[in-house]
Amino acid sequence: MTETRTEDTVLDVKNLQTVFFTNSGLFRAVDDVSFSVRRGETLAIVGESGCGKSVTALSVMRLVPDPPGRVVGGSVTLEGTDLLGLDEAEMRNIRGNRISMIFQEPMTSLNPVMRIGDQITEVLRLHREMTSKETWAKAVEMLRLVRIPEPERRAQEYPHQLSGGMRQRAMIAMALACRPALLIADEPTTALDVTIQAQILALIVDLQKTLGTGLILITHDLGVVAQTAQRVIVMYAGKKVEEATVEDLFENPRHPYTRGLMASMPAVISFGAKTDARLTEIPGMVPSLTNLPPGCAFAPRCSLAVDRCRAEYPPLQETGGDHFAACWRATEMVAAP
Amino acid sequence: MFAYIVRRLVLMLVTLIGISIIIFVLLRVVPGNIVDILFDAAGFVDPTDKANLEKELGLNLPIYQQYLNWIGGLLHGDLGYSYVSEKPALQEILPRIPITARLAALALLFSASIGIPLGVLSAVHQGSRLDYTLRVVSLSGLSLPSFWLGLLILMASVSLFGHMPIYNPNPATWTEAFAIYAVPAMAVGFRSAALTMRITRSSMLEILRQDYIRTARAKGASEASVNYRHALKNAILPVITVIGIEAAFLIGGLIVTETVFNIPGVARFLVEALRWRDYPIVQNLVMLIAVVVVVANFTVDMLYAAIDPRIRYGD
Repeated sequence: MTETRTEDTVLDVKNLQTVFFTNSGLFRAVDDVSFSVRRGETLAIVGESGCGKSVTALSVMRLVPDPPGRVVGGSVTLEGTDLLGLDEAEMRNIRGNRISMIFQEPMTSLNPVMRIGDQITEVLRLHREMTSKETWAKAVEMLRLVRIPEPERRAQEYPHQLSGGMRQRAMIAMALACRPALLIADEPTTALDVTIQAQILALIVDLQKTLGTGLILITHDLGVVAQTAQRVIVMYAGKKVEEATVEDLFENPRHPYTRGLMASMPAVISFGAKTDARLTEIPGMVPSLTNLPPGCAFAPRCSLAVDRCRAEYPPLQETGGDHFAACWRATEMVAAP
Repeated sequence: MFAYIVRRLVLMLVTLIGISIIIFVLLRVVPGNIVDILFDAAGFVDPTDKANLEKELGLNLPIYQQYLNWIGGLLHGDLGYSYVSEKPALQEILPRIPITARLAALALLFSASIGIPLGVLSAVHQGSRLDYTLRVVSLSGLSLPSFWLGLLILMASVSLFGHMPIYNPNPATWTEAFAIYAVPAMAVGFRSAALTMRITRSSMLEILRQDYIRTARAKGASEASVNYRHALKNAILPVITVIGIEAAFLIGGLIVTETVFNIPGVARFLVEALRWRDYPIVQNLVMLIAVVVVVANFTVDMLYAAIDPRIRYGD
């Protein structure tokens, strides 16, 4: 659907489908999503809470809790290996080694009763043949790499002795210890103070460049996307609704949902300018995934929706220049203001 | 930390003094002393004989005097004489301690080594047939009184093997020694094992939902490592508390179990001494049990700090 796989492609996800079996019925948390990430590239996945961003990431890691969830279709190819075909032991060799993940909550994502250093050496012990002395030295080196001051001392400490930003740095050190081909960062800065957010983001991007890691950045913050990503996919109700390069997406959003997201982003108002401009919001709520409308899932909230939108789901179409959108009126949007 | 330990030790001493007063007073509030019991059995008696005997045992003194005599003796390592056997109380109590200690240690070992792994298994396979089976079995462990379970075990062993384990102070073989101690230990430890299992299970279920468990999986850790290395170490704190409390409860369970299995341990001895109002034996035994409980509590608190780095006892 997107570009064909090249030598440079680290991760290629095709028609991924993940469903959850719940008491209120089956819902498709990820429905027919495809994307790929090249070496050293940053792909942002954007969307509101519950749109399937995190489940997409967990599906790639094959960490979707089963039950209730299960990956039921598609393929996930990492450096030429189909991950969905691996057995559990082979998959464990991939996790933490070829793909790593950083989570949203640094406060709770580290084991409270293990020293920071031990948590980093664990990854190395699992995936590298190293003596305990070597792994410890490497752990300290990783802490230094993520710019934690006094890494020798910090390695000896427990998570509760570190601040939130410091813990997220330790998570990054852990995730990158084995030099993975792909790093998935699931809202890595959401739980942090604004000042720390920028530092952590800069650190991730910087290390990604140095190490040549492919990066999937999951976020709901378009500001973060603009700063870091090269390509963006926008998800809504489990489906990919738009994909484009960052420049193209910001300049020329084709899907009304993407436009809504951008309009709801506060802009810095210059001094002396009119300040009575209200922030736009997208009316309505994300629909329940167990009870999706037959047509476009965004239609009930869309000001541009026509009868066709409510009846038929729009396929993802190229709207020109490597830009895809799933909207019946996407081509009209090109001309629209 | 050091100051904390000192303060705890002082508190332990205060607790023990409190317990000694309570047990001392309670014993004397209960109607009848050993002299009454002896003379009641004899029928008609001369009141002067009775008064002489009471004087001889020191029972005619005011209660505070009696208490001070006892505590004074304790501080010098003199536990007094048993009214019944007229031997020094220390000589009566000391040889019985290892018997009960072995039983209690085996029972605790049994409950921890069975309860913790089964609790983990039950939590990891939550909702499976195994989980339901284990929960039903543990529920039965909580509801079966240990003396009844002991009787069932004895009856089963008679009908299956034609004989039952009889206590022998000098077991000839290892298997005999094992049978003598392990069977009653299991009878009394079944309850603790069931409780330990249930606490481990609920604690593990809580921990397995934590973010750092997902982190461990994302690192590529195996399920065994996730469950034991990452989860259990976090889930073990409430389990330790329960095992600590169970250590105290165990003495109560041992009283009946030692009686059922006819084992001459401390617990059964306490009941016998109580029946005869053998004050020196009862007082000193209860103090011994109190020391064990207080030390167990202290150990649990120290273990907390050793396992969880977030727990530090300040000054």
